[in-house]
Amino acid sequence: MTQTYRPDTPEQVAELITWAVAEATPLDLIGHGTKADIGRPSNTAHRLDLSGIAGIVDYAPNELVMTARAGTPLSEIRTALDEAGQMLAFEPPDWRALLGQPDGPDDPPGTLGGLVATNLSGPRRLSAGAARDHVLGVQGVSGRGEPFKSGGRVVKNVTGFDLSKLMTGSFGTLAALTELSLKVVPRPEETRTVLIHGATDPAAMEVMSLGLRSPHEVSGACHLPADVAARSAVPGIREAARGVTALRVEGPEPSVVWRRDALRNELAGWGPTDALDGPDSATLWREVRDARLIADPPEAQVWRLSVPPMSGARVVRAVEQAAPGAVLSVLFDWGGGLVWLALAPAPDAHVSAVRAAVEHHGGGHATLIRAGRDARARAAGFHPSPPALEALSRRVKESFDPAGILGPGRMAEGR
Amino acid sequence: MRMPEPDAGVIARRVAIARDLQRLVPGEGVIVDEDALRAYECDALSAYRQPPLIVVLPSTTEQVSTVLRYCHENGVKIVPRGAGTSLSGGALPLADAVTLGLGKFNRILDIDISNRCVVAQPGVTNLAITTAVQDQGFYYAPDPSSQIACSIGGNVAENAGGVHCLKYGLTTNNLLGVEMLLMTGEVVRLGGKHLDPGGYDLMGVVTGSEGLLGVITEVTVRILRAPETARAVLMGFPDTESAAATVAEIIARGIIPAGLEMMDKPAIHAAEDFVHADYPLDVAALLICELDGPEAEVTHLIARVEALATGNGATSLRVSTSDAERALFWAGRKAAFPAVGRISPDYFCMDGTIPRHALPAVLTRMAEMSTRYGLRCANVFHAGDGNLHPLILFDANVPDELERAEAFGAEILKLCVEVGGVLTGEHGVGVEKRDLMGTMFNEIDLAHQQRLKCAFDPGQFLNPGKVFPTLHRCAELGRMQISGGSMPFPDIPRF
Repeated sequence: MTQTYRPDTPEQVAELITWAVAEATPLDLIGHGTKADIGRPSNTAHRLDLSGIAGIVDYAPNELVMTARAGTPLSEIRTALDEAGQMLAFEPPDWRALLGQPDGPDDPPGTLGGLVATNLSGPRRLSAGAARDHVLGVQGVSGRGEPFKSGGRVVKNVTGFDLSKLMTGSFGTLAALTELSLKVVPRPEETRTVLIHGATDPAAMEVMSLGLRSPHEVSGACHLPADVAARSAVPGIREAARGVTALRVEGPEPSVVWRRDALRNELAGWGPTDALDGPDSATLWREVRDARLIADPPEAQVWRLSVPPMSGARVVRAVEQAAPGAVLSVLFDWGGGLVWLALAPAPDAHVSAVRAAVEHHGGGHATLIRAGRDARARAAGFHPSPPALEALSRRVKESFDPAGILGPGRMAEGR
Repeated sequence: MRMPEPDAGVIARRVAIARDLQRLVPGEGVIVDEDALRAYECDALSAYRQPPLIVVLPSTTEQVSTVLRYCHENGVKIVPRGAGTSLSGGALPLADAVTLGLGKFNRILDIDISNRCVVAQPGVTNLAITTAVQDQGFYYAPDPSSQIACSIGGNVAENAGGVHCLKYGLTTNNLLGVEMLLMTGEVVRLGGKHLDPGGYDLMGVVTGSEGLLGVITEVTVRILRAPETARAVLMGFPDTESAAATVAEIIARGIIPAGLEMMDKPAIHAAEDFVHADYPLDVAALLICELDGPEAEVTHLIARVEALATGNGATSLRVSTSDAERALFWAGRKAAFPAVGRISPDYFCMDGTIPRHALPAVLTRMAEMSTRYGLRCANVFHAGDGNLHPLILFDANVPDELERAEAFGAEILKLCVEVGGVLTGEHGVGVEKRDLMGTMFNEIDLAHQQRLKCAFDPGQFLNPGKVFPTLHRCAELGRMQISGGSMPFPDIPRF
């Protein structure tokens, strides 16, 4: 029988994991479960629900650090940060529409621990860093049932191994996180977005690279091919009926105005330019962050690829050539380095075409974000590692979870 | 400094080991001559010295791999070494270990402006990366004060920082990929020109692992476009409280300077006497705040910083009007360590980090300690991110001054932890802070770190005696006590 255990304290988490080790009972760790269907499907019967370990522990806006328990709802974190005019710089995505979960204008569900465990970042990843760059310290209970901590509550810290980074993105396979300290930053005073219309995918890689190589401190660079642009809620993008490349600048008013104009001038040779501010700009970056524009049709299988930025369009072309007709829609973020691919459904989600394309164009990784259970199992979900690295990852897993009870098989076969 | 008991068997085999290594690394790649070895007996923490067993200087990844495999099979320890600029004794040799120098790995392999990254061998200096791309308008952001000499591989091993890391992050935030060799000689590649790992963030733990996990043979870093403009504001305050309050307000208002540094009175005077930067001498604290970016932004933010400084009672305020003047503002700060070196035969440079709000209290307590230990102390401080560099002045030739200086330093670091900070912000634990790890971490915390070490290097051949106060065998660390029985906590909610 499937059981979900929902402890209220870190001590109870330690007791539960100790018990699970003794009983050889594997546990899947969850917060609100919003990302439970990403990557490899789980075959674990029991769940350890950490959403009861909740609450902001310490938040002094002047220190730009927030400490909260792992189960704290992101909505609570966001509210507290909003009140102080601050934010999580890495733009946590809201994948409700993408993953077919109940969607709406309200604050999405999700916990801080779930966000850290999955290391998901939005468009500002390219300038501000990923979730992993903002985790300053962690407390958790490893698969040995032992509570431990790493890092601290200050930004500059090299005391001991940086286990906080290892925990970030480990999908609950090394430890149950109970408390996290994150670096937070003030919200930018102003935001402007420059649009360049009509660039082909390969040209858009150049345009984004030029923007990112300029001195204008671009904090977001995405490209929407024409069919994807047509789905945008922003009228100036939807109605243009061509591909749109967008560059975002943030900061004090005089600075963003100057940089917007400079970018428009410098990139004018690549196509007609336009600019967005206020709500339209915010809407576009939300659509990109959340991969909403490629969410339809719901049966499409969705891959998320991280590649060298200039390789983005080439990787897509390689997938199209290897699997003719499979590519339904594409969205480029991170200056071309993040490729969202919506593919026509196939039993193996076109895994070999996708992975070969990544390998042949400078390396990187591809993760199957949305597909049925069988396809996710066949496609292995997360990008496989070469043998020496896989063996090392296995030893790392065993060092934290020797009995293999935390999310076994969640990230890779057999670990 | 207590180091692990050397393996007499290995020392006895020194000649044979050297002969074998000479076969693996032909030419001038192996140093056995005792006078030549002395050049490697310490790093920049020169209070601790130990000639290495042998030094080997390979020039290819293949050679590093065969040396590691040989040492692994023959039970010989390895101390990896970059440029030897560690301030924490990270590259301090061991009597029974081969020092593996990466100095011959000095080539930049790929400058990829379109993807905004550089691929370099680990022995390339930090500054050489910027030099290689500056004609195209780019630079590498982390700028440790040893950047002329320190190597990029060493920067990765120590997760080096610098003045610019307030805005642009430490090494870990600017690193895209590494090629690393395990002690077995196996090659693993982590990251690349893309962002984020596809599995566990092993690059994240390798960065700052102080040579305990592997030997880095290639590094990919991101480069940034040089800002259009940079200007600095020099602000003098009658007391450290008002300087600290100004720092807090600058940060809280959402201004992220490219650098925000503080110096106290002894540091100001030492620096001024040395480089004549025209610092005000009648102030208790000096702030240097540099802003970079588009001209429009810099002008806008400089005005705001000036207003904040005036509001907090600054008695001296100057904005640089040229790059030469900005460089002069920085000259004193950048020369602070050698400047202090001129006024004292020896000094220790400490490296704790504290929450910014604790600064005035910590400075007061340090002044009190200075009196109690009878040793002078000058403070330079990466104020924007709370990273303190107290310089403890002593004379090693005066009986017991070294011991008093060590005790003074330890007390400062314990104070940093006590107020919610950490032992080291950017210099690393090495041997210097090794025995203080227990003030920040308990045995279980440390065991989790040491088990990670075991996953990378089960035989514990890489840089033993650094970072961890106690060496435990991996088998002992890995043992897990399993208490059997039924579910003992009926009170946990289940669904």
